[in-house]
Amino acid sequence: MSSTIDYQELEVLARKGRWLAISTVAGSGAGHVGGPFSAMDIMVALYFRVMKIRPEEPKWPERDRFILSKGHSSIGQYVVMALRGFLPIEELKTFDKGGSRLQGHPDVTRLPGLETSTGSLGQGLSVGLGMALGARMRGQKFQTFVMIGDGELQEGMIWEALHVAPRYKLGNLTAILDWNGLQQFGWVLAVNEQHRGDRRDPWSGIDLRGIFEKLGWRCLEINGHDFSQIVPALESAKASGDSDQPTMIIAHTIKGKGVHFTEGKHEWHSKVATKEELKIVAAELGIVEAGV
Amino acid sequence: MKALRDVFGDTLVSLGSTNPNVVVLDADLANSTKADKFAMAYPGRFLQMGIAEQNFVGVAVGLASLGFVPWLSSFTVFFTHRAIDPIRMLVAQTHANVKIGAAYAGLMTGLTGKTHQDVEDLAIMRAMPDMTVLAPADAIEGEAIIRWATEYEGPVFVRLARDACPNVFDQEYRFIPGRTISLKEGGDVLLISTGPQSARCLQAAELLQGQGISAGVLHVPSIKPANKEEIVNAAEKAKVVVTVEEHSIYGGLGGLVAEILSEASPRRVIRFGIEDRWGESAPNDYLLEAFQMSPPRLSERIQKLVA
Repeated sequence: MSSTIDYQELEVLARKGRWLAISTVAGSGAGHVGGPFSAMDIMVALYFRVMKIRPEEPKWPERDRFILSKGHSSIGQYVVMALRGFLPIEELKTFDKGGSRLQGHPDVTRLPGLETSTGSLGQGLSVGLGMALGARMRGQKFQTFVMIGDGELQEGMIWEALHVAPRYKLGNLTAILDWNGLQQFGWVLAVNEQHRGDRRDPWSGIDLRGIFEKLGWRCLEINGHDFSQIVPALESAKASGDSDQPTMIIAHTIKGKGVHFTEGKHEWHSKVATKEELKIVAAELGIVEAGV
Repeated sequence: MKALRDVFGDTLVSLGSTNPNVVVLDADLANSTKADKFAMAYPGRFLQMGIAEQNFVGVAVGLASLGFVPWLSSFTVFFTHRAIDPIRMLVAQTHANVKIGAAYAGLMTGLTGKTHQDVEDLAIMRAMPDMTVLAPADAIEGEAIIRWATEYEGPVFVRLARDACPNVFDQEYRFIPGRTISLKEGGDVLLISTGPQSARCLQAAELLQGQGISAGVLHVPSIKPANKEEIVNAAEKAKVVVTVEEHSIYGGLGGLVAEILSEASPRRVIRFGIEDRWGESAPNDYLLEAFQMSPPRLSERIQKLVA
């Protein structure tokens, strides 16, 4: 099946993206790993399969929009943008360095292809809502995707956007919840308590889907690391751009996904891999040209 | 005499007829801020965002990215205290073309009390790079500033008092960002003021005239950008410099003038305003007396200073 082959290509890109992210963070001496890894597959699907974009013309008015509201996963977005041709792969080395277009958190004033600045959590969905609302008022047909984190979902401002978007019937707005179950520090697990990660899932036992649906969102629930679920969900959201309901894609993910020692470990929220660790990462991701 | 909130509503309606990109976002206070006039005139461009001020700032940024010119309608306090983080990161740090109609600024907010009286807004907004901070004195300047802000490409914070304020300017007035305006010349003391307080300073200057004291009044509608040279030149002509503002004396106009003069032309600067205390629910006259900002109280305080 050709689509299976396509997904294999996406999987290769995602492995490459994870390698570029963790090695770039190691080169810069600071940055995030867990969040970029949990979001990587979805961002690869967006940039390589789903979104209508022109890397050579980042301000093309008809482009689909993507906002990474969980801005601390910026390196994940930068590597996917680099792989897609928005910036040279070489430029990733400047991440977090003085004068770089690749700031610790996405800065729209520096890097063409970003849609807004994010970093202070909880704000991206509101901007996406404004873009979707404006598109409706202008009769423009692009889709706006906003990725939010489950830790970020603790911010009140997101809930403001969550109740306003359905009032305006914005089918052209898609939120993607990267539900990886961990945040920077979080809550410790009680004795005998088991979660996906080594800390308590912030929304454990809470029917988020039910809440979103009651607020008026159309919900799709997927494994956020399975392209055969990711791509159809994103395409379905986009296909309902003219509908009267915004879509929430609830993506079940694993923080640090892709490397055995980063998966499900809250300490890898923000951590620099050692040279020895990078060798293991390269091997597990099948990166032969890594040179480590 | 026309209330600045009516000026806000009427000017938006006028702009709406000539500029199809003007949209108004409301956080459920339109019938207080008078943005409801725009809602009546252009219902398709009036966007009710509910009681959710952080979100509506972000929505405005999204709309601005498509070429709309969004005006936000709420009370000052909910911008500078509740929604300050999105204003900082989404609006100022990206130089988004978003206009903040900060209604009910200062002490005289219609019997609301200290919860709704914002006397810290100028200090907060002035410290923010990329932000333009303006405080009109009267209806004529208010309209001119709202029109200028709509044409300007970038974030603007417009501080609007709730109630009617005496006219200071005539129809010849033209707003120029940064410019200060000498409302009255005088050599014994220079009152530097902003917003509707400038009219009260003019009245105080007239009372002082009767006491043989020559008081000048310099109106500073543009808190940011500020014209350092004009403030220095005016201050150097006076024996005593007094700043007067319906705002904390920390970090607002008084702070601005003290910073400029201490570096460029060191001299004593007396700051009249609100010093480290909250307001309360009370009629306007009561508040002006309580904070010694009415023309008679200003006149008395200045007589003591120059004596």
